[in-house]
Amino acid sequence: MALDFSADRAFAEGRPDVVECHGVSKSFGNVQVLRGVDLQVRESEVLCILGPSGAGKSTLLRCINHLEGIDDGWIKVAGQIIGYELRGGKLHELPERVIRHQRGLCGMVFQHFNLFPHFTVLENVMVGPVELQKEPKGQVESRARGFLDRVGLGDKVAAYPAQLSGGQQQRVAIARALAMNPRVLLFDEPTSALDPEVVGEVLAVMLELAQEGRTMIVVTHEVGFAREAADRVAFMFNGKIAEIGPAKNVLEKPSEARTAEFLAHVLV
Amino acid sequence: MLPLTQSPAVGGTTYEIVRRKHPWRIVAAAVVLTILGLLAFGAANAQGLHWSVVGHYLFTRVIFTGLLRTLELTGAAMLLGLCLGVIFGIMRLSHNPVLSSVAWLYVWAFRGTPIILQLFLWFNLALVFPHIHVPGIVDASTVKIMTPFLAALLGFGINEGAYMSEIIRGGLMSVPPGQTEAALSLGASRAWATRRVVLPQALRVILPTIGNETLGMLKLTSLAAFIAFNELFGTTETIYYSNSQVIELLIVAGAWYLLASSILSIGQYYLERKVGRGFQRGGRNRTLFEQLVIRGWVKLRGA
Repeated sequence: MALDFSADRAFAEGRPDVVECHGVSKSFGNVQVLRGVDLQVRESEVLCILGPSGAGKSTLLRCINHLEGIDDGWIKVAGQIIGYELRGGKLHELPERVIRHQRGLCGMVFQHFNLFPHFTVLENVMVGPVELQKEPKGQVESRARGFLDRVGLGDKVAAYPAQLSGGQQQRVAIARALAMNPRVLLFDEPTSALDPEVVGEVLAVMLELAQEGRTMIVVTHEVGFAREAADRVAFMFNGKIAEIGPAKNVLEKPSEARTAEFLAHVLV
Repeated sequence: MLPLTQSPAVGGTTYEIVRRKHPWRIVAAAVVLTILGLLAFGAANAQGLHWSVVGHYLFTRVIFTGLLRTLELTGAAMLLGLCLGVIFGIMRLSHNPVLSSVAWLYVWAFRGTPIILQLFLWFNLALVFPHIHVPGIVDASTVKIMTPFLAALLGFGINEGAYMSEIIRGGLMSVPPGQTEAALSLGASRAWATRRVVLPQALRVILPTIGNETLGMLKLTSLAAFIAFNELFGTTETIYYSNSQVIELLIVAGAWYLLASSILSIGQYYLERKVGRGFQRGGRNRTLFEQLVIRGWVKLRGA
């Protein structure tokens, strides 16, 4: 069954923007990776970003939680300018202490999971809230166990990441991101490093999160997932958003020739 | 051989599997053991080798004092080396070009010159700096301060720090950058990410090497005998200069060095196991002998 939330959810007026990007540019040395990206993501919206590799999709995500600084423009998450402070008409880079706090607004899920191999599954999920947000351990533990149950790994709390399959590790990583109570979840190609037979279990968890109304930005190559879960789909080419709109429109009747060409390649 | 299609096991019968024999292994072992036996026989019956002298000196107070000094120097030098190694290893990875260049220079200088030269340099520091004056800390003549122990400690510690900084740098670089990023994305500071995420993982890579360095240092400290520091080797040297029982006393020193390094190996085994948390297959193959020693030790502790 195809879920169509676009009509009733994504463009409902009055929902606040959780993520706003305005004219975001970023270069690595001489290579300009982002060339003035504008983007708004509303609360409870699921946005999938598609596009060829090197288009700047991952860099955009990494800029949203300031793992990379930006060269031009600004990014707001939950109303706060990320990484910088506007003073006297200039954006001054914030001290690490404030940036750390801002990063808590985003929950990031990485392509290669990046679980901490020397911590157990439960410790991986608990370490952020307990040691970094200084929440009481007992509270965090029951919440962490709850999230691990949700992603179907309630029986693996004592295991170490190396004892889990890729799909299980990525589900732990999702639970770890959820435990921080983020305003938006950022997924950076969450299934690209997985064996084909476990991609489904990760996408199923993500679909469930989408359906319960979490705000999500998903960089992915899974067009099927985008069709099913996304409210809007954006295509990025060469550091810019070439096309953005309701998932159905963009995937079925793309207005850009480049989008159509990309989809034709991916869907073969 | 039966063709596969006519395999007799098809009917559901099972057969006993007979492993291949390795007759040449037995031959090789016999040859090696024979040679070893002959050597042992030769040593036991050597004319002019007095085992009673070995037995006499093995447990004398003066030898124990020497051993204790060796252990003290090893421990202190490794500690100094480790501290310098952490500081300069992290400096070397710094984005600040001055810090990383200074760290490079340190490694270049102290790894590029012989340790014996460095020992003599510290020991003879009084020749160029007869008086050391650091306001509020020291104000004395260099000859008084620069005891053989201090000269040896500085020589070995600073030299070790140069090697250690490279070991620690390698360990830190062996942890994928995604680990730091994951920590940062959870709202961690760089310091927290290094302390809680990167260092524990780097330690797994660093620790076996630190163990080897410590074993190396235990033996290297014997060079301190040349700057008048009477550690284990220096002590035996002093004794055999007067009684001419050279080989016997070298055997005494050798026995204690072997015992000390064996104990260090056992310590290393436990440490490695502790930091190996979360990583199933820990490390290298051990020889039959190492396995025996460690198993024996584990059993002894269990009893």
